[in-house]
Amino acid sequence: MHLAYPAVLSALLFCTGLYGVLARRNLILVLMSVELMLNAVNLDLVAFDVWLRDTLHAGQSLALFTIAVAAAEIGIGLAIVLLVHRNRGTSAVDRLRLLRDDSRDEPAPPPAGAAAARPGGSEGPDTSGEATE
Amino acid sequence: MSTQTLAVLVPLLPFLAAAAGLLLGGRAPGFVRPLAVLPTAVAAALAALVAARQSGGTPIRGATELTPTGNADLPVQLALHVDGFAALVAVLVGVVATAVQLYSTSYLRDDPRYPSYAALVSLFSAAMYLVVYSDDLVVLLVGWEVMGVCSYFLIGHHWETRAARSASLKAFLTTKLGDVPFLIGILALASDAGTFRISTITTRLTSSLSGWELAHPTLVALLLLAGVAGKSALFPLHTWLPSAMAGPTPVSALIHAATMVAAGIYVVARLLPVFASSAAALLVLAALAGLTMAGAALCALAQDDLKRVLAYSTLSQLAYMAGALAVADRGAAVFHLLSHGAFKALLFLAAGVLIHAAGTNSLTAMGRRRLTSRAPDAYWTTTLGLLALAAIPPFSGFFSKEAVLASAEHAALAHRSGVPAVAGWIVLVAGLLTALLTAAYATRMWLLAFRGTGAQPPAPAEPAGATGVGAIEEDPPGDEPNSLPDTPPSQPRARRQPAAMTVVLWALAVPTLAFGLLFDALPAWFDSATLAPTLTTSVLATGVALVGAVVTYGAWRHTTALAPGTASADPGRLLLGPLHTTAEAGFRLDAAYRAVAVRPALAASRLARMLDRDVVDAYVRGAGRGSRMLGALVRRAQTGNLQTYLAVLLAGSVVLAVAAAVAATGTAGA
Repeated sequence: MHLAYPAVLSALLFCTGLYGVLARRNLILVLMSVELMLNAVNLDLVAFDVWLRDTLHAGQSLALFTIAVAAAEIGIGLAIVLLVHRNRGTSAVDRLRLLRDDSRDEPAPPPAGAAAARPGGSEGPDTSGEATE
Repeated sequence: MSTQTLAVLVPLLPFLAAAAGLLLGGRAPGFVRPLAVLPTAVAAALAALVAARQSGGTPIRGATELTPTGNADLPVQLALHVDGFAALVAVLVGVVATAVQLYSTSYLRDDPRYPSYAALVSLFSAAMYLVVYSDDLVVLLVGWEVMGVCSYFLIGHHWETRAARSASLKAFLTTKLGDVPFLIGILALASDAGTFRISTITTRLTSSLSGWELAHPTLVALLLLAGVAGKSALFPLHTWLPSAMAGPTPVSALIHAATMVAAGIYVVARLLPVFASSAAALLVLAALAGLTMAGAALCALAQDDLKRVLAYSTLSQLAYMAGALAVADRGAAVFHLLSHGAFKALLFLAAGVLIHAAGTNSLTAMGRRRLTSRAPDAYWTTTLGLLALAAIPPFSGFFSKEAVLASAEHAALAHRSGVPAVAGWIVLVAGLLTALLTAAYATRMWLLAFRGTGAQPPAPAEPAGATGVGAIEEDPPGDEPNSLPDTPPSQPRARRQPAAMTVVLWALAVPTLAFGLLFDALPAWFDSATLAPTLTTSVLATGVALVGAVVTYGAWRHTTALAPGTASADPGRLLLGPLHTTAEAGFRLDAAYRAVAVRPALAASRLARMLDRDVVDAYVRGAGRGSRMLGALVRRAQTGNLQTYLAVLLAGSVVLAVAAAVAATGTAGA
């Protein structure tokens, strides 16, 4: 099998994952997209390992390693998503904006305008809930 | 104890009292009064003891090196030099300072800032003792400057009022304006003479054997003269003294009689050989003295404020002393300094009582308050003081003023060596004219303050009767000038002055009366030939003084008959004529200073403020504002949206990757 097929498939998978990360609002879906990107990398690793005929099979072992890390990552990620949803009642990623800069002591228009333009203005009072996590 | 130790203790005691008073004043209010009065009184007693032991003999000397100056031949020494002048002036300082402290205990009884006031008065007198006893020019300058600072604080004692604030600032700036040339003069003199010791300088200059002369006597003398003019309020720098009346009255007494203004005269007297080696300096001094003398007397004739009359009279009397120095007779100058110190302290302290009793400074208003019965002690002592001021024969002012005039006449006619005859003539003519004016303003002040007619129907006021004071309910035996002047009226009054005040007044009245009679004993203390009055000048001066008094009295009779109890009853208006308004404003010298110095200084400060605020600060503020605007731009990126950040991160890494690829192909192609 030519190297191009797995490489193209992997690139497509990666781009799908990237799109999911950048565009989906649901945190679960974002995590799933991250998994897609990781698995695209795994596919590449395995494909190149075969193509290069590596005697040590470093690519395959690295892929196994990545799978293990991905499992741990998705576990922690899902736990975080669960807690965020419990605390805030939502897991939409564009509503989680506590780290936004909206210093109130500055009457300068740019932050005020930015805050007004965004739909999620209700995160302000929830500072304490976020801090306890 | 040796006399040296005693002399060292004299400045030290008030200084320690001042330090203790400033440190403890707030915490131990019970100690403030004893701490104010006792060390000053002890220092006065010690000064008297030192004077008694010295008694005009060989000067008491002692020196210890204070600090090296970098030139091994020119050290600053803590040197003591007590000759007859120093001993007597120190006694005067002690007496007046004690009187002022004693008087202040009751005059400022309810003042919340009395502790710091008393401490500053102590410091003031300590500084004056230092000036008097010091033999080292630099140490003398230290005392000189400490006095300047103390006068600043004391004149501004009532700093709540705008007048006191500006007066203290004016006094400080004006005297400092003179002190800068004074400092340069001291350094020039010391580098010329090779020593800071006054006694060494004067000995070398007066000794005929050494033949040593100053390289630039005129320059040095004129530089020193500038400082003296500032301190002793001679003509161009005198304006601070009348304004200094904003301070409490005892402070005025202290400044005018014994400490501040006396220091300038005293320093010239100590350094007289330096001045005498330059005829030009003596001429300048004579001209300044003549101008100040007559001008200040004219101003005094026009003032309505009691304290300002006294202030201008101080100016004119100081100019007498300066005139005596201008004809190189320091004995006469210090003689007048001593007698003037006594009667001027008396006049000021009595004026304090009068102002308290009348509740006003204005002479016109005082005339209606029947002060003769309300403040009989002050009335009698003021009368004595004014007689001494006008130089009426048996009083002290007569003898000392005669000494000055006789010395001027001698210089004018007999050509004393080194003294230009012109200087003698200037001093003599100005002195006689001033004697006339002095008698005139003294008479005017007495008539207005004590014989003014009130709102009562004006009786034709006879000076020998009590009718001029209007209807008095109580029997006024003490009010008649015919009764014995030296019996203090003892009938109980509703508003008697406290004993601390009246005792001080009568104590000061003694030297006012009798000090002049010592004219025979004083030449032994001084190095002058004789201080006895000569016939010509005494007849002349007393004659013009009587003429002045009689003319003023006549004018007063005239004006009082026309308009009783009003400001136009002032005989000064009639006597001065069109000159009155100008003289009342001090010949508009304040306005001239305002135009020449104050306005340009204010304009320059406004310019500096404008440059600072609108030019220098503009850059600083611009830098701050610029970075804040940049920050606001950057902050726009901080939306808090994770996906935006990631998208930007992706874009950035793509750009980097492309750049790396282009660079790789570029280098590969090359």
